[in-house]
Order: sequence, then C-alpha cells, then structure tokens
Amino acid sequence: MAAARAARDQGERVLLLDDNPGLGGQIWRGREDLRLEGVELGLGHTLTEWRGEAKRLILACGARELLLPFPGWTMPHVVGAGGLQALVKQGLAIQGKRVVVCGSGPLLLAVAANLRKAGAEVPRVAEQAPWEKLLTFGLGLWRWPSKIFEAVGYATSGYRAGLWPVEAWEGGVTLSDGSKINCDYVACGFGLVANGELARLLGCRMNGGLVAVDDWQRTSVEGVYAVGEMTGIGGVEKAEAEGRAAGARQRVTGNWGAFASALAKTFALREELRALATAETIVCRCEDVRWGRIATMGGKRQARLEARCGMGACQARICGPALEWMCGWGPENVRPPLFPLSVREFLRDRDEAGHPPTGHSL
Amino acid sequence: MKIRVNGQEVEVQAGMSVAAVVMNLGLAARRSVTGEPRGPVCGMGVCFECRLWVDGEGPLRSCQMPVREGMEVVTDAV
Repeated sequence: MAAARAARDQGERVLLLDDNPGLGGQIWRGREDLRLEGVELGLGHTLTEWRGEAKRLILACGARELLLPFPGWTMPHVVGAGGLQALVKQGLAIQGKRVVVCGSGPLLLAVAANLRKAGAEVPRVAEQAPWEKLLTFGLGLWRWPSKIFEAVGYATSGYRAGLWPVEAWEGGVTLSDGSKINCDYVACGFGLVANGELARLLGCRMNGGLVAVDDWQRTSVEGVYAVGEMTGIGGVEKAEAEGRAAGARQRVTGNWGAFASALAKTFALREELRALATAETIVCRCEDVRWGRIATMGGKRQARLEARCGMGACQARICGPALEWMCGWGPENVRPPLFPLSVREFLRDRDEAGHPPTGHSL
Repeated sequence: MKIRVNGQEVEVQAGMSVAAVVMNLGLAARRSVTGEPRGPVCGMGVCFECRLWVDGEGPLRSCQMPVREGMEVVTDAV
C-alpha cells in the first residue's frame, strides 16, 4: 500500500493486486477503515488471472510462517502462531481456551498478547532462542525506539527462552524441558519465510530465501522491485519504508534493514530443531510423506519423484522451507501456475482482452 | 445468520470464516491422503489443510471464505 501511494503521488497509474479479499495483506487483513484512493484495485485475484502491461512491477508478497515437523504436529489442535491469531480474527472462539504458544520470533509475543486480550489463557510462551541472545537484542533496541514501546506492550508472563516443542498429543504438548502442558491449542511457528516464488519465477537474483535488491529496492530484473519481508524479515516499518522508496523511485531511508539483520541473528534456529522429527513424523502434509521415507535421499527432487514429497496442493510451501532447514536441501525451480488453479480456470470464457471473469481460487 | 455444516444448522456471525466455524464445532476440516484428520494451520491460505466442500463445490480453502447465508458445508472429505 505504501508503494502504491508513493507511486500514485508521483503521477504514475497504479494497479494493486492482492490475492486476499481485502487490502493490507496479513498485517491489516482487510480492515474496514483502510483507504487507498486513486489506485486501481484487484482483490481476491490470483496473478495468473491478470494479463496486461506495466512499466514497472513492485513485488510486496510478504511472508508465511515456517512450520517445522515434530511428532504430533499434524493434529488439528496444532496451528501456526500467526495462523491461530488469524483464525481468531476470523471468528475462532478462544475465550476460556488454553493455548501454548511456541516456536520462535517476536511474533510469539504479539500472538500471546492478542490471545490473552481475546480471553484465552496462555500458560506458556516458549521461545527456542536462548536468553543471552534475547538480552543482547533487547539492549540493542535503542536503535529502533518505536520497537521498545512495542516490546514493553507485549511483555508477557509465562515467557521462557531456550524451550521448544518436542511432541504434541491429544489435549496438550510436551516441551523440551520435559514439561507436559494440557491445552486446547498449540500455536507454533518458527519464524517467517519470504514468499519469494513470484520473484524467482521472474528470474530475480536471490540471497538464500530473500530477493536481492539495491538501495532503491530494484531487483536484478529490469523494472522489477521488491519490498518488505521479501527482502528481509523485518516487520511493518521496514515494509513501509521500502514500499515508499520503491514507489517514489528513491533510496530507502531509515535503518530497518539493520533491524531485519538483528532479528535474523537473534532468532536464528538452534541445531536441535533439525532433529525434532522421528521416522514416523509426517514431513509433507499434503501427501503424508514421513521423514523416514525421505531422510536418506539426496535432495528435494529425489524426495518429490520417489515419494511425492512436495507434489501436493501447497506446492511445497510448507515442507519446502522445513526441509531446507532440516537438511540444507536447496529450493527447486518455480514453474507456473504460481498458485494452484482448478482446471475450470483454464476453461473459462475470456473477454476480448484475454481476461477471464473473476474466478474463485481453490 | 444460519449455515449448515454436515447437515446440521449452525448460527454464525457475518465476517466469520468457514474455517473458524468448523474449528469452533470441533470438527476436522478434511482427511489427509492416509485418512488423518486435519484442520486449518496457516490461517492465510497457503497450507491448504483447511479444504472442505461448500455448496457442492470443492475442495476450497475455508480460511479464505467468509460465511454466507444458507451455505452448505461438508467436512472430512479428502
């Protein structure tokens, strides 16, 4: 949205495409009071439904949670951390329910605070990063004063560092210190991974899972820019600063890139998390492929061809980053369609310009 | 407003997602390829674990679907 506004203010004609039904991605989630005047909107679309020409493309595809497999993680009461927060916003009844929040990242604090505000009991927030790293991070927050206020606002009882889930069971979860906690939900996410698929499909140079950009947010592909979580997991201020820069064709301002680096260092995943899965633990949820089946394979391609790992509906969005962490297996090529489509979408009548009518996604 | 889940009438509020309704009822959204019960995980439409059938169409991602008056929701299919 920041990029759209800045480009519009420069006199450019702007079309904003978001596959969510409302504006604002995962942060604002289609809040009623969001306004974006003077910008054409295409909401609830999948990109393959749009054809046209643009002078430049600004990618702001955001991020998704990193979900790591551990025994019991596929049970219905185990949900992402941001995922459970999203579902509560969608009307999940959480008042009076017990939730253990675990995994990694500042998101856990925000989730715990929001769950408690909604009336849930959160007996434990388990952060895998060790105390020493969190302390160093906290002492460094003076560089981003707004974050200090945010952190204090999220200060939460039950927060423990150096702790992670080892097994979920019906009605609860066991943590790495042996504690068994009864709960209605386990809200578990190990940080965020950039939604880099569109950038990779366009041929942008990547830095690991992030899109490589210069100080003007330009990628290696002429006319394509990338902003926000795609260039580094760093939160909403970074996304807005980079969006404004890309929209206005200016150098990015502020020190939010350094904030993203500090986050990455602080919340880097510990070695023990590579080995949470047992042979029986499902790694690919879409195809029910268990860790024992693929543990000795050479990479994602072999796991995919021999065991169907990554061939399911999510297009390896969930198991892909997990396997990259667990085994160091590199990402595979991105092929269209960028997102699953029903065959029906290809059969729809199109208008003279080649546009299909507004379809619904799977 | 009222919708039906697996034939049973349920009172819901506008703005709720079908995924949230199904979770509130304690139901699994779908069955995995080996029959495991599964429910919503990511809440944002990328994991596809919340799939179910709505008004005879599917499988559709219920976390991306606001409730509508008279919807017929069927869970537990693959």
